[in-house]
Amino acid sequence: MSTSNPGAAPKLSRQEQRNAYLRSLLKSAQSQSFKALPLMQLRSQAAAILAEHTFPSTQDEEWRFTDLKPMLSVPFEAAVGLSKVSPKLLAAVSMPEATARLVFVNGYYNAELSTIDQLPAGVIVGNLAALTDRELEEQLSNRLARSSSCHDIFSSLNTAGFQDAAVIWVPRGQVLEQPIQIVTLSVADDEPLMASPRCLIIAEANSALTFVEDFYGTHERDYFTNSVTEIWVDDGAAVTHVRLQREGAGTFHIGRTAITQGRDSRYTTVPVTLGAQISRHNLEVYQTGPQTDTNLYSLTAIAQSQLADTHSLIATNHPHGTADQLHKTIVDDTARAVFNGKVWVPKNAQLTNASQLNRNLLLSRRARVDTKPELDIVADNVKCAHGATVSQLDTSEVFYLQSRGISAEAAQRLLIYGFAMDIIDRIPIASLKQSLTANVTQRSLS
Amino acid sequence: MINENSEVILSVHDLHATVEDTEILRGVSLEIRAGEIHAIMGLNGSGKSTFSKVLAGHPDYEMTGGQILFKGEDISDLEPDDRATAGIFLAFQYPLEIPGVSNRDFLRVAYNAHRKAQGQEEIDVFDFDDLIEEKLEVVKMNAAFLDRSVNEGFSGGEKKRNEILQMALLEPTLSILDETDSGLDIDALKTVAAGVNQLANPHNAVVMITHYQRLLNYIVPDYVHVMANGCIVTTGGKELAERLEAEGYEDILAEHAAEVAS
Repeated sequence: MSTSNPGAAPKLSRQEQRNAYLRSLLKSAQSQSFKALPLMQLRSQAAAILAEHTFPSTQDEEWRFTDLKPMLSVPFEAAVGLSKVSPKLLAAVSMPEATARLVFVNGYYNAELSTIDQLPAGVIVGNLAALTDRELEEQLSNRLARSSSCHDIFSSLNTAGFQDAAVIWVPRGQVLEQPIQIVTLSVADDEPLMASPRCLIIAEANSALTFVEDFYGTHERDYFTNSVTEIWVDDGAAVTHVRLQREGAGTFHIGRTAITQGRDSRYTTVPVTLGAQISRHNLEVYQTGPQTDTNLYSLTAIAQSQLADTHSLIATNHPHGTADQLHKTIVDDTARAVFNGKVWVPKNAQLTNASQLNRNLLLSRRARVDTKPELDIVADNVKCAHGATVSQLDTSEVFYLQSRGISAEAAQRLLIYGFAMDIIDRIPIASLKQSLTANVTQRSLS
Repeated sequence: MINENSEVILSVHDLHATVEDTEILRGVSLEIRAGEIHAIMGLNGSGKSTFSKVLAGHPDYEMTGGQILFKGEDISDLEPDDRATAGIFLAFQYPLEIPGVSNRDFLRVAYNAHRKAQGQEEIDVFDFDDLIEEKLEVVKMNAAFLDRSVNEGFSGGEKKRNEILQMALLEPTLSILDETDSGLDIDALKTVAAGVNQLANPHNAVVMITHYQRLLNYIVPDYVHVMANGCIVTTGGKELAERLEAEGYEDILAEHAAEVAS
C-alpha cells in the first residue's frame, strides 16, 4: 500500500510520533503518581484508555482549531515535589474572603501555604493523599473519576498520573457562607514540567458552596498543566464556582471541569481565561435529575499570540431544566479565541429552557475568533436560543466618550471594561472582582 | 442676551467640510459671543448636524477649509476630548448606549477628565455623589438612572435629559444641542428646556440645532440662522423662526436664491 501511495508513509510516521509522545507523557506521569491502593484500578483503566488513543491533531474534529503540534517538540516530564516555595508567590492570589485555602504547587499539596483550620465541623477540605479514613476512602472511590465526562485522552492522562488531589466535601444540608480557595501554582524548572492538578468537589444534598480555583504562574518557561476538576452537585445543592486561568506565558494548559447535577440543583460557574500560550477548557455539565439550573458565564481576554479554546457541553436528560450560557472573549494582537458550545436536549428533556450567547470583541485586525454553537435538540416542547456576535470597538461610542473629555485611550478602556463587567460582575467575591477588573482592562491595549 | 462688548466665544469663518469625500459644508461663517443663544434651522441634509459634529471634532468629518476659533484659539487640530475639556459640549441627537458602564462611573470619569485638564485634583467617589445629586435637580432626573448602564434602555426623553445632565455637570462655555427636541413629548421638552435656561448665563453660549420652531418657544434665541446647501443663507431674530413655522422653508430659500442671482 505505502509504495502505491507515497503520501501515506510520512502521515503514518507523524501519527507514530504523536503516539510515542502520548506514551512518553503517560510513562512520566505514572512514574510520579502515588500508589494508594484504591486508585490502582482507576489508574490502570485510564492507562488502558490512553493505549487505544493517540495524541490529537487538527484532523480530529474536537481539535480542529487548536493545534497542539508545538507541544510535540517539548519533552515534558512529570513534576516532582518542591520542598520550598516562596510565599511571595501567594501575594498575587490572596483572597481575604476565603475561609479556607488549599495550595498545590505543580500538583503537589503544600501544607505550609494552606489554611484549613477555620472550617465548620463536618466539612472536609484537604488533600487526597492525607485522607486515610477507610470509610471516607470508600465514599471517595464512588466519586473520583466517576464523572460522565472524564474519560477522554487528557483526563485519562491526569487520572493515570495525578500526584494528589484537592478535596472539598460539604455534607448534607451544610451551607458554607464564605468561599473556599484552591490555588494551583505553576513553578517552572530548568526542564519542561508537566503538572496534573486534580480536584474533587462534592456538595451533598441541600448543601451550598462557593469555591475559587486559581491556576497561577508567572514564569515564561515551557510548562504543561493538565487538570481535571470533578464537581458533584447533589439534589437540591447549590455550587458557585469561579475558575481563573492565569498561567505563565509559555504554558500549555488543558483543563477539564466535569459537573454532575442532581435533581433541583443549581450550578453557576464563572471561568476567566487570561493566561497560557495555548489553553483549552473543557466544561461539561451532565444532568442526572429534573429541574436543574445551570449557569455558565465565561470571559476570555487574550493578546499577543495566545490561543484560548473553550469547549462546553450542557447535557440534559430530564425535564424542566434551565441553562443560561454567556461566553465573552476580548481578543487583541494576533491572538485567537475558539469556542464550541454544545447543548444536548434529548427526548426526555422536555420543557428545557436553554439560552446560549457568545460575544466576541476583536481589538486588532489580526485577532481571530472561531465560534461554533452546536445545539442538538430532539425534545419537541422546549425553549432554546443561541447566538454569536463578533464586533470591534465602536468608533461612534469612542467619539461619544471623547466628546465628554475622556481621552481616546481611556474611552477604549472604558468600553472594554463595560464589555467585561457583564461577566466579572457575576463573581460574588469583591476582592477578585476588583483585581480582575484592573487585570482585564490593563492587559488590553497595552 | 446680546451684549456687543462680551467675549467672542466661537468664530467660524468660511468653514468647508466633507464626509466620505462628499462636501457637506460649503462656507459656513458664524460668530457667537458670551451670553448669546443661537438657533440653527434648516431642512434635512442642509448641513446643520454636520456643522455640530465638525465643531465637536468627529473623526468621520473632515474639515477641508476655513477656520474655527474657540475663545480666540484655532481648534481645528484638537482631538474631540481636548475640545471638550476646553469647553465645547455637544448634546447628541442620538445619545449612544454604553453597556456595562454605569452612568455614575461615566459621569465621574468625564468630570474628572475636565478637572485634570484644568490642573485640578480628581474628586473622589463620595464628593462626586454629592455633586451629581445636586445636578440631577436641573433635569429632574431620578437618581436610579445613575446606576444603570449609560443610556441603556433609556427612553428617548430620558436620554435627552441625561445629555442635559452632562451639560449641567461639565459646565461648558459653548453648548451645541443637536436636535435635542426630537423625540420629546411636551412635558419632557419643557423639563429639558428649563434645564438649558437654568444653565445659560452671561459667560457661556448655546447653539440649538433644530428642525422645528417648537423648542424656541421654551428657549428663546437671540439669533436664528437658516442653513441650506451647507451655508447659512439668512440670519434674523426669533421672528424668523416664527415666519419659517408659518410659511415653511420654500419662500425664504427662494428669496435667498433670488438675492444671490441679483
